[in-house]
Amino acid sequence: MGVLSDDLRARAEELASRYPVRRSALLPLLYLVQAEQGHVTDEGMHEVAELLDLTTAEVEAVATFYTMFKKAPAGRWLVSVCTNVSCALAGAREVYDRAVADAGEGSREVTTDGLFTVEEVECLGACDQAPVVQVNYCSYARVDPDAVGELIEALRRGEVPEPVAGPKPVEHAATARILAGLGDERG
Amino acid sequence: MAEFEPVITARWGIEGADTIDGYLEHGGYTALRTALDTDPADLIETVKASGLRGRGGAGFPTGMKWDFIPKGGDAPVYVVVNADEGEPGTFKDRELMERDPHQLLEGIAITAHAVGCRTAYIYMRGEFLFAARQIERAIAEAYDRGYLGRGAAGTDVDIDIVMHRGAGAYICGEETALLDSLEGRRGQPRLRPPFPAVEGLYRSPTVINNVETIATVPHIVERGAEWYSSLGTEKSTGTKIFCLSGRVARPGNYEAPMGTPARVVIDELAGGVPDGKRVKAWTPGGSSTPFLTDEHLDTPLDFESVQAAGSLLGTGAVIVLDETDCVVEAALRFTQFYAHESCGKCTPCREGTWWLTKILRRLEHGGGRLDDLTAMQDIGDNMLFKNFCALGDGAVSPIHSSLKYFRDEYVEHVRVGGCPMEERPVVTAAEAREAGTTGVVELGEVLR
Repeated sequence: MGVLSDDLRARAEELASRYPVRRSALLPLLYLVQAEQGHVTDEGMHEVAELLDLTTAEVEAVATFYTMFKKAPAGRWLVSVCTNVSCALAGAREVYDRAVADAGEGSREVTTDGLFTVEEVECLGACDQAPVVQVNYCSYARVDPDAVGELIEALRRGEVPEPVAGPKPVEHAATARILAGLGDERG
Repeated sequence: MAEFEPVITARWGIEGADTIDGYLEHGGYTALRTALDTDPADLIETVKASGLRGRGGAGFPTGMKWDFIPKGGDAPVYVVVNADEGEPGTFKDRELMERDPHQLLEGIAITAHAVGCRTAYIYMRGEFLFAARQIERAIAEAYDRGYLGRGAAGTDVDIDIVMHRGAGAYICGEETALLDSLEGRRGQPRLRPPFPAVEGLYRSPTVINNVETIATVPHIVERGAEWYSSLGTEKSTGTKIFCLSGRVARPGNYEAPMGTPARVVIDELAGGVPDGKRVKAWTPGGSSTPFLTDEHLDTPLDFESVQAAGSLLGTGAVIVLDETDCVVEAALRFTQFYAHESCGKCTPCREGTWWLTKILRRLEHGGGRLDDLTAMQDIGDNMLFKNFCALGDGAVSPIHSSLKYFRDEYVEHVRVGGCPMEERPVVTAAEAREAGTTGVVELGEVLR
């Protein structure tokens, strides 16, 4: 019994075949583990190592290097607040503090209800929309503290607000499937 | 600003131009047909003659980069598009990909033909979910209509484009770290030489270009090198997207000819500093480019002029601070960024960014000392040009430039024991130590 379902194992093969060297599929495959398990687990890394004929140490070295791979359980909604200079000038610090508070206890890791993880992130390449907040990598523009509070309340009610561009975010694990390169099937 | 016809942002306002039908309706893929009927060597000559220089920050001549690829070798040649935009203040590539994805694909296909590449990769930062969606959809459309794949655009040229996502690491925008990441490794820069043109992706000859650079290529092919080089300045030809953010009335991307003065870009394009305040400090090209001040606002924004003024054009990311903003706080925030994003491979960068963060933190929050200023200058000197890549150099930019132009502000921070720019309880050194913001530069102690 592995971490990846038979279907995802087949998809993993498909991803590996996109490159002349299979190891190039390592980042995509780590996203697959995240899609299946919500975060990158030890068993998941072990399985990816087997699939790509790498050592577990090699896979761990990579998984721990990149911030989008979560090494611990994350909330269904990952709220990322940019606090770099352009966003900070627009009040991002207060936005982050408010997000941490409103998401509830444990929000800097995962809230007790499993709904939220709030993180402070570096420049998201959307400084014209400062302060910018992403929910599962979908951007919300010019978010002030009240707006981030409303965003969190809406998600808690099961409503997903429209981002500044493109379709609405899907849950964190489902997002990882898109990030793996299996296609963005959102409506 | 004089009347100016945008080039690479021309389709941004057009509804549906992000789809293949919209793109074709507005002149799309005609340059590709021309290019595929042109000898690759002539394409390289055209791009050389246009004077196009890399838009990712370094400004290296694009045609020359292409020409470095060995001709007639056995190893496959790769084109890799650097879409890992992460330089604080920069957001042009994201918008280029979101609004006009086919322009990038057409540029990639032309570039691939010019250098004899069969498979090109787009390395995009993972956080760009919508840009990636747009690019993936555009790739599917382009294959469907025969502009990509086997026999592209009805010729005998085969071109594949593979989309690849990063996973959150600024360093992967550095071209050799990007290659390592694309090969499934930690994104850490490689020692050069060999340069990627000789040994790049999978140790094969590789061209790595920024999104904005490649998006320009179809226009040069279509309208000629002479037309392109007539725009901008003699040595910095063409147009540039300037990313305006911070204290401006209308933040956003503005395309303008190279050499447009900063004052015009800030005041006329972005609406100036709100509330009648004045510009205090600004970056010409993101956090890695030294701060300039209101005395430099007449600087033409091109590679040579900005360098002559003591900074760098970088990515053209103009971040504006006004008179009420604290330069020490901005320097601290940038430095925290570099400390977080340093890959850790080279000691001067890994340790230097960490020390600088600790010092700046105590200067801003209380407990700073006058000799911290000397320590910062020295740490910067010891980081500059001593690393595999330029991340460490970039980290020194806000340090040295802020010390140069805003020394009095640092001294004031030391005098009042924290930030004088806002009402904030002044913290004593002991309190700061308690709060974990110092304990730091007892640098002397450590060095002993």
